[in-house]
Amino acid sequence: MKLLKNLLKSPMFVIGASLFLLTLLIALVGPLFYKITMARVGAQYDAPTAKFILGMDDLGRDYVSLLLLGLRSSLFVGFLAGVIATTIGTLIGIYGGFRGGVVDDILNMVTNLFVVIPSFVVLILISASFSEGRSLTLIGVIIGMTTWTWSARAVRAQSAALKSKDHISLAKLNGDNTLRVLLIHILPYIFSYVFMVFILQVSSGILSEAAISMIGLGPMDTVSLGTILNQAKNTGALGDGIWWAFIPATVVITLIVFALYLINTSMEGVFNPRLRK
Amino acid sequence: MLKQYPTFRFVLMRAGWYFLTFLVAVTINFFLPRLGKNNPVDIIMGKAATGLSNEDARKKEEKYLQEFGLAKVGKDGQLLRDAEGKPVKAGRLEQFGNYIKMCLMGDLGTSFQKYPKKVVDVIKEAVPWTIALQLPTILFGWIVGNVLGALAAYRRGVFDRVFFPLALILSSFPFFVFGMLLVYYFAVVLPWFPAMGGYANSIMPSFSTAFFSSVAYHYVLPFFSIFLILAGGQAIGMRSMGIYELGTDYIKYAKWLGLKEGKVLTYLFRNAMLPQITGLALSLGTMIGGALITEMIFSYPGLGMAMLTAIQNNDYPMIQGCTLIVTVSVLIANFTVDILIGFLDPRVKAGLQMGKGV
Repeated sequence: MKLLKNLLKSPMFVIGASLFLLTLLIALVGPLFYKITMARVGAQYDAPTAKFILGMDDLGRDYVSLLLLGLRSSLFVGFLAGVIATTIGTLIGIYGGFRGGVVDDILNMVTNLFVVIPSFVVLILISASFSEGRSLTLIGVIIGMTTWTWSARAVRAQSAALKSKDHISLAKLNGDNTLRVLLIHILPYIFSYVFMVFILQVSSGILSEAAISMIGLGPMDTVSLGTILNQAKNTGALGDGIWWAFIPATVVITLIVFALYLINTSMEGVFNPRLRK
Repeated sequence: MLKQYPTFRFVLMRAGWYFLTFLVAVTINFFLPRLGKNNPVDIIMGKAATGLSNEDARKKEEKYLQEFGLAKVGKDGQLLRDAEGKPVKAGRLEQFGNYIKMCLMGDLGTSFQKYPKKVVDVIKEAVPWTIALQLPTILFGWIVGNVLGALAAYRRGVFDRVFFPLALILSSFPFFVFGMLLVYYFAVVLPWFPAMGGYANSIMPSFSTAFFSSVAYHYVLPFFSIFLILAGGQAIGMRSMGIYELGTDYIKYAKWLGLKEGKVLTYLFRNAMLPQITGLALSLGTMIGGALITEMIFSYPGLGMAMLTAIQNNDYPMIQGCTLIVTVSVLIANFTVDILIGFLDPRVKAGLQMGKGV
């Protein structure tokens, strides 16, 4: 509670959190207030009007509908990838850091291996191998499974630092098994770090999806912010200066990522008092 | 035996580790595309034979089988055949063996779309562009970002209050978003710079002033779109490292001793620098990936563009070749940074010298 109070004192956190909650709210209840339609309602790249305030895409579809759907997809992918990556990373990191020794060495080596091999490349290889039926969920899962290394590194450092604390030794003397020690005596202490890592993983998930969709390996079953940008680039809307084809989508992505980034940075400031002042 | 040469041993051990990473990367590069049921290799084989008469189709298919290392080859270099005269297909492991052999000999197969052009040849044309764009951009971005970040940490005040939010906003722009916005504003709204390409279409690549000035003109937007984001991100990291170091005892002690400001700053800079170099090593993969997407947005004739074209045409050997080259370059860059840390970090250096004494 005290933590939350401290966080709320940071203007950066307040701005970031309200911005993010706003996008979340728009994604969740937006469709209740705005009728989403994927039908053709105008001509190719019709300019914005009072009724369709962001104009049409190259198939004559309403951009506000596309953006709402895209926002939902991007947030969904971000959360899915974030949950998967944080879970894998936390499990590997917490266990390796606590156990130490050979197990830790091996886990650490595997982690470092996948830090060095660019996850973007792995993402391209897997996505390209599913030439049919690439769904949004599949992409989220793939992103989660290729970006967990950050979590693992961050959590491992924290877990290793806690390992030799007195309360851990007491718990061990008490005969608690490893799982109990990890879940009850270590996890709560590093939970704030896990949460920070989760925030970063969500943001990197959203960015990865947009990047992979930009190059034409995105989901085939739905619209995402990345596929909107891909369409704008491929149909030449970017070069023709049709701003409504890409500016709104880029603004939305940047706002989400910026909000998450603010949340993360402000939390870092609260946990590391030297940065305050 | 190597104990007498600790530096050499250090380099050798890192090299060994990176070689292991390389092997894992090659394995991933080989097996991932073959995961799915409708995997691209099978699709290519299917496509190869369409639209040809039976005899031609058979010949072409056999050629592909041989070039992609999918069939068993006899000692005479000819395909092994079964009783019906059909080529004997190789198993996965044998294909993998062939693939590694080909990779080590510098052969990444044949492009499917640009057949019979070799993948290696297409990559050779693209790599100089990518290096020319990315190497200076990443280096400059890193240096400028760190210097500005350290200044902001030390000065605080107005400079920091203007600089920090600016760097924060810049660094949170995704590469492709920033690239698109620059294209829109500086190439479409104010047509100051060209929107795409590495040089004007009307000029043939040659060693002429006209060509080089066209290249420089086309260089501006992609350069800034990567440089600004990078510098912003580095500055933020350096700023918080600097502030952290400013609060440490050794700095307080140095100030208390009355050392000159410049001297204190050098200590501060050197200690805050190391995590930044380590950070560079860790994020090189992400940076290079981001810069590749920037290339795609600017249709810059480098690896990113080659990869994009390959993806759009389902040119699988080409995609695989590009991903392998990107991975290998990231590995080499990381290795370089790693060795650099070894020589810069006093702790690693002390470890080396201790070894020397033994």
